[in-house]
Amino acid sequence: MQKFYVILVDGTIYFSWLFIVSMGLTLIYGVMKILNIAHGSFYALGAYTAAYAVGVYFAGHYPPVGSFLLLILSGIAVGGIVGLLVERGLLRPMYGRDEIVLVLVTYAAFLVFEDLIKLIWGVDPYFAYQPYELLGRVSIGGIAFAVYDIGLFALAVVIGIAAWWALERTRSGKLLRAVIHDREISTAMGINVARMFTATFVIGAMLGALGGAITAPAISVVPGIGVDVIVLAFAVSIIGGLGSVAGAAVGAFVVGLARAFAVHLLPEAELFVIYGVMAIVLAFRPQGLFGRPAARKI
Amino acid sequence: MRTLAALGALLAALLVAGPLIPSWLVFLLTVAFAKALVVLGLLVMMRAGLVSFGQGLYYGLGAYAAGLATNFLGITDALALVALGGLVSAIAGYVLGLVMVRYREIFFAMLSLALSMILYGILVRSVALGSTDGFNLPQPSFFGFSVNGPAGRLLVYALTVVMATGTAMMLHRFINSPAGVVGEAILTNEIRVEYLGTSVTSVLHLTYVIGATTAGLGGALIAIAAGHIDPDLAYWTTSGEFVFVAILSGIGHVAAPLLGMAVFEAIRSFAFQYSPYTWQMVVGISMLAVILFLPSGLWSLFAQRRRARGAA
Repeated sequence: MQKFYVILVDGTIYFSWLFIVSMGLTLIYGVMKILNIAHGSFYALGAYTAAYAVGVYFAGHYPPVGSFLLLILSGIAVGGIVGLLVERGLLRPMYGRDEIVLVLVTYAAFLVFEDLIKLIWGVDPYFAYQPYELLGRVSIGGIAFAVYDIGLFALAVVIGIAAWWALERTRSGKLLRAVIHDREISTAMGINVARMFTATFVIGAMLGALGGAITAPAISVVPGIGVDVIVLAFAVSIIGGLGSVAGAAVGAFVVGLARAFAVHLLPEAELFVIYGVMAIVLAFRPQGLFGRPAARKI
Repeated sequence: MRTLAALGALLAALLVAGPLIPSWLVFLLTVAFAKALVVLGLLVMMRAGLVSFGQGLYYGLGAYAAGLATNFLGITDALALVALGGLVSAIAGYVLGLVMVRYREIFFAMLSLALSMILYGILVRSVALGSTDGFNLPQPSFFGFSVNGPAGRLLVYALTVVMATGTAMMLHRFINSPAGVVGEAILTNEIRVEYLGTSVTSVLHLTYVIGATTAGLGGALIAIAAGHIDPDLAYWTTSGEFVFVAILSGIGHVAAPLLGMAVFEAIRSFAFQYSPYTWQMVVGISMLAVILFLPSGLWSLFAQRRRARGAA
């Protein structure tokens, strides 16, 4: 029972992380139909910027509470700037090309960013453990958990609700849903689809970088952290159904729990379980749990 | 017919050039042609609309089949190992193909990605197979003779070149055969093909098995050539690279992957040699340049010129 409880909490913590990281990917795919491999770069850039900024911040002996704000802001800022540059500079000339070509463009961007990160921050690991340590631990049901991880869960919930509200309850959200539904008709109706694309990509990139930034205190930030994230985020988005926010939440929860079960009960199967779940879901519901099947066209 | 003759000439030229070119070029070409085998299979699949982001599965299977046969069964004959790698992947491809042909487009791509990552996950956690480090293979033998040193490497090169160009010839015949032509029709409009009375499933299944087999052959050859295998052979970046090269080369002609992979490996090797810290950046920028300036792939350089000459 105790073990089951730990698995549940671990799974929930992992869920929070996966959800924040996958949201951006699934959003970009939903609107733009681009499988953005550079998402892993946004994640890595966010982690590096945050770790660097937090390091500088603590070296300056400012009030430690501000470091949380700094984490979030630095992630959002770098994601926004880089996202805007990539969309405007790289993707815009490519719209209208084949989906696979766009995947490859983002793959190329990913390769460039991998080395750019090494050029900027070197190959030595960065540590930004202070915010993590600062919050200490709390005992729930007899087991000590890091408060930071619980904060992550709260953040994931806030982001999830914000995304739902923005998409379902605001005017721009409605316009965006129209673009998702039918790009051409939306253009004909006077929606500025190009601007929608830019906004979506920038927000998606921000979410990716934010995911990296908030993870930075819990890990050592080293080159290559982006590469595993991409395929994990793919798995989550695919399980839930690419392009669906609710799907990302469910996918993240399924993967989070599956991984927690594997880690505690059968550690050898950790990676296997995640992609096994993905394969099973795809085999029975190729459009994902929340995706709608496409109609057959003659 | 002209393509077959040209490929035959290429093969002869490569075989003659083998002993004359420096050993680093021999190795580079061996690796390039072994990987080109995978891309050749992918080319046939992509012509029928199956873009697999998981060819690493069969590439890794072929390599591990060859590696395990060497280390546990004591088979060192290069030809036997390559045949075994191809066979194992073909069987796996046949079985998985039963399920895979039901999927299209992004779902096909992602399911193949998931399957390859499952293999990766298993390999990484298999301590007996060296986990993430993989393991080494001894020098292969040829028809019972063990040939060491540069001569052995030349033989592996020759075997790889023969396999790659031979496969290219066979696949050239295939894409011009009824099954190959139906594959293209499936990409254009699948339901019409069904209405016309052809089984889409069986054609796609055949295409899928071809892709799996060539990937297995390529994997076994790379295992023999490099003398080392590790789980990265099945990682998604490896599979992504194959799709990349297929797109960069262009899928219009069976010789395109041979050229594309050689160019890709050359760029990567030189980038790695001259700027070890930024080689990925060099590769990425080269890829972007090709996508921007040669939308139909490297092969369009040749195709365009020929068309221009034909018009004049």
